[in-house]
Amino acid sequence: MNLLKGTVAGLAMTVGLAASAQAAELSGTLKIFSDMSNPAPRAVIEQLAADFDALHPDLTVELTVIDREAYKTQIRNFLTANAPDVANWYAANRMRPYVSAGLFEDVSDLWQEPEIAENLASTKGAMTLDGQQWGVPYTYYQWGVYYREDIYKELGLEEPKDWEGFKSNCQKILDSGRKCFTIGSKFLWTAGGWFDYLNMRTNGYDFHMALTNGEIPWTDDRVRATFAHWRELIDMGAFIDNHQSYSWQEALPFMVNGEAAAYLMGNFAVAPLREAGLTDEQLDFYQFPAINPDVELAEDAPTDTFHIPSGAQNKEAAREFLRYVVSADVQTDINGGDKLGQLPVNSASSVDDDEMLNQGFEMLSSNSPGGIAQFFDRDAPAEMASVAMEGFQEFMVFPDNLDDILNRLEKTRQRAY
Amino acid sequence: MSDRLMPQSERAPSWIRRNRQAMAPFLFLLPGVLFFLFYVIFPVIQSFNLSFYRWDGLGEPVYVGLENYTELMDDRAFEVSLWNNFKWLFLYLLAIPAGLAIALFLNQNVIGIRLYKSLFFFPFVISQVVVGLVFSWFYDPSFGLLNQILGFFGFGTLNVLGDPTLVTYGIIAAGLWPQTAYCMILYLTGLNAVDPEQVEAARLDGAKGLRMLWYVIIPQLRPATFIAFVVTIIGALRSFDLISIMTNGGPFGSSRVLSFYMFEKALSEYGFRMGYGAAIAVVLFLIMLLFIGYFLWSMYQEEKGGR
Amino acid sequence: MFPRPIQKSSRAWAATYQALIPMALVLWLLPLIAVAVFSIKPDADFTTGNYWGWPSAFKGFENYGKVFFASDMPRYLLNSVFITVPTVIGAVALSCMTGFALGVYKFRGNLLLFFMFVAGNFVPFQILMVPVRDLTLDLGLYNTKTGLVLFHVAFQTGFCTLFMRNFIRALPFELIEAARVEGVAEWRIFWYVVLPLMKPAIAALAVLIFTFIWNDYFWAVVLTQGAESQPVTAGITSFNAQYRAAYHLMSAGSIVAALPPVAMFFLMQRHFIAGLTLGAVK
Repeated sequence: MNLLKGTVAGLAMTVGLAASAQAAELSGTLKIFSDMSNPAPRAVIEQLAADFDALHPDLTVELTVIDREAYKTQIRNFLTANAPDVANWYAANRMRPYVSAGLFEDVSDLWQEPEIAENLASTKGAMTLDGQQWGVPYTYYQWGVYYREDIYKELGLEEPKDWEGFKSNCQKILDSGRKCFTIGSKFLWTAGGWFDYLNMRTNGYDFHMALTNGEIPWTDDRVRATFAHWRELIDMGAFIDNHQSYSWQEALPFMVNGEAAAYLMGNFAVAPLREAGLTDEQLDFYQFPAINPDVELAEDAPTDTFHIPSGAQNKEAAREFLRYVVSADVQTDINGGDKLGQLPVNSASSVDDDEMLNQGFEMLSSNSPGGIAQFFDRDAPAEMASVAMEGFQEFMVFPDNLDDILNRLEKTRQRAY
Repeated sequence: MSDRLMPQSERAPSWIRRNRQAMAPFLFLLPGVLFFLFYVIFPVIQSFNLSFYRWDGLGEPVYVGLENYTELMDDRAFEVSLWNNFKWLFLYLLAIPAGLAIALFLNQNVIGIRLYKSLFFFPFVISQVVVGLVFSWFYDPSFGLLNQILGFFGFGTLNVLGDPTLVTYGIIAAGLWPQTAYCMILYLTGLNAVDPEQVEAARLDGAKGLRMLWYVIIPQLRPATFIAFVVTIIGALRSFDLISIMTNGGPFGSSRVLSFYMFEKALSEYGFRMGYGAAIAVVLFLIMLLFIGYFLWSMYQEEKGGR
Repeated sequence: MFPRPIQKSSRAWAATYQALIPMALVLWLLPLIAVAVFSIKPDADFTTGNYWGWPSAFKGFENYGKVFFASDMPRYLLNSVFITVPTVIGAVALSCMTGFALGVYKFRGNLLLFFMFVAGNFVPFQILMVPVRDLTLDLGLYNTKTGLVLFHVAFQTGFCTLFMRNFIRALPFELIEAARVEGVAEWRIFWYVVLPLMKPAIAALAVLIFTFIWNDYFWAVVLTQGAESQPVTAGITSFNAQYRAAYHLMSAGSIVAALPPVAMFFLMQRHFIAGLTLGAVK
């Protein structure tokens, strides 16, 4: 078995080498627009651009880094008006408007190449719309419950394996005068994470995908079951007060100060938590536990991507850049703890030896049989996502408004799809 | 100068010479009017037009007739925004009496009064972005000054910006701060021009205090009141910065107003429903049109009187 | 004078009044004073919960140093200057001409044109948002300072025309008549006769427009993105994202952003107030 794997990898290496040898003749300029504007990602994309430039002497790489938030609206303008050769974006339904408008290049050919086909198979689904692939991923990260190990020890708690354990842990935390979970829902999407997990654990991955695809009414009883579970936590007082006033960063201090014991978040929360002074003894991670035992576990693992705009001038170089970014070594390098600190998309890469990343990688590769979702606002179309996440926030503050909220979401569903 | 000019104008072709005075205003107006048409008047018309289309800013717009408007009728978020707009309109007008009160308080001749006046005016000069930041700290549920004060008097904490019933009032209060300063300066100037003889005459008749204010002073402050009214109404309907900074429309959309909602629908991360956004803008415009009509009408009356 | 001058009232009341003013002022400016105090605090004060107390140490230099040398703030400030100054020049220049035309000449449609400017100035500018954004995109000026300046000039021309026209209306018309009798060309009348008389109005408008444009946030968000073109009002939000919950730095940044119009106001106060209150007195 191992031998076979080795051969495949070796083969892939040769193909990769052949590809880059051929690509040495690339010329002209390669324009990259990137949203990797935070300090660590910025260093990564700058290095990628510089290395790729050095690799191809006749090619000039021009990199423009745009503020990550601003990029989300700006991409509409530059894709139509002044397209670069390579652009960042997100996987799944977030690609839909640009794919439908014909602004992203179909890169299914890349996905036929053995190296990509073999090693990126796990993310292929997220890059596929209408049966074609529209880009390549460069990183992804797990979601799950980050918790204060020291508080759990102090109270004698174990990582919960099921919903009852989850709630009884929470009750003990509440009894000790703390809140179970911190969350800042001012910008809404954090509540989307809670919905994703509760719904995937209650109704399963396929149901969740059907729901975000608009195939199931929001007033369905199964959706209500999800909210009923959520309500159990809300009625216990599990979440911090006034979360609607905080951003996700502003909610971090509650966990750092020990006023809340855990945070359902993406792995990007680890860095600021460590910076704020939490040590590895204080911080740990567990997978969101099962609620309905008949449902296979599924996870959120948002994938960030590179695409070639249809209006790109140098598509040959752009394709080569995409190959370069997903290659095993580059993937190992850029996702390392000193760089992005996330998970590589190439299965031949190695995961940085980090407590959280190891657990996340383990979880996603072996304990997520149900499937891997992107995230609520990437799986659902924009209009549905914004109305729904607003409803989630309202539900967390006024759970009694549920009927009203669901009717509103249902009306939006009928309109938006 | 005229010596040099005379022969020149004689040499000039007679048509230009005859029509010079008639032509001149149009040449002077041309650049300004073009700019204004291009960037203000046409866009208003375009927005009206766009409101009958469905368009995501990427593909071709699709004509949908009144669909956007019928959807508005049934859109709760729109209803909330519209209602909030009315709250803004009415409560923002408080800036006028408040500004008058401060102006009356400061209308004295004591040492340093000029400095006091300008310091009182200060809030108007700083940008609304900063005002918004300052007030969101003031309201912060965990450390805000407001809750410190409430706590001092033994009241429980209040999360003004997180409470859907309070949030709009909280933002309006922040907006009133600079707006009151503006009205104050208008009234200070107005008070300067109040006819002292009339005041003295009224004093001899025994008028003082509130009666004096109501029957003698306020009528004389009419022009100041008119301008204060105009700028306050415009400010109320344009309110965007504070909402965007302080709450981003939340919690769950309860602090939106039309101008913010249309921005959200048209240009925000999850938006790009250009036609729908335009329809919201048209509604806002129609509300404003009532006031614009009133302003123009009173200006027209004045112009007629002035001739 | 109303209310009755304090000097004519009882001494006790006069003294009370003198004491009352500074107290009222402190109360009025309390939020600002808090921010000023925030901006010189060490960050330790925020973790220990000393939000509203006296700073435990003076860290003004460090905080402001960070704002100026470790962030995009200088760039945003510079952008603001490059957006504000051309707008002021453009809008004042255009409106001097339109104001002159509408204030001096009698022709059909004069009042109509004037009202067009006035009405346009009152329009809720959100209605312009989508078309103006598309227009700017089509011109290739999206996310450029030029695009922002062009729009600001056009929109401010409405207000400036209203202002200039009313000002010119109040000038002695005989001067213009006299020049005409001598056969002076119209543009020379504008340049040599009227413009010098308009200096106070130009100063007032310039100061006012400077403040308006400097403080503009909405159009900055709609028409620009990113540090290469955004003015400081929009920049402060990404500055705040960078230093989230670092209140001392956010405060220092806010104060830096607010400073230029404040300085303008104090230096040019007379003109500023003249500009704002034009028409408040009749």
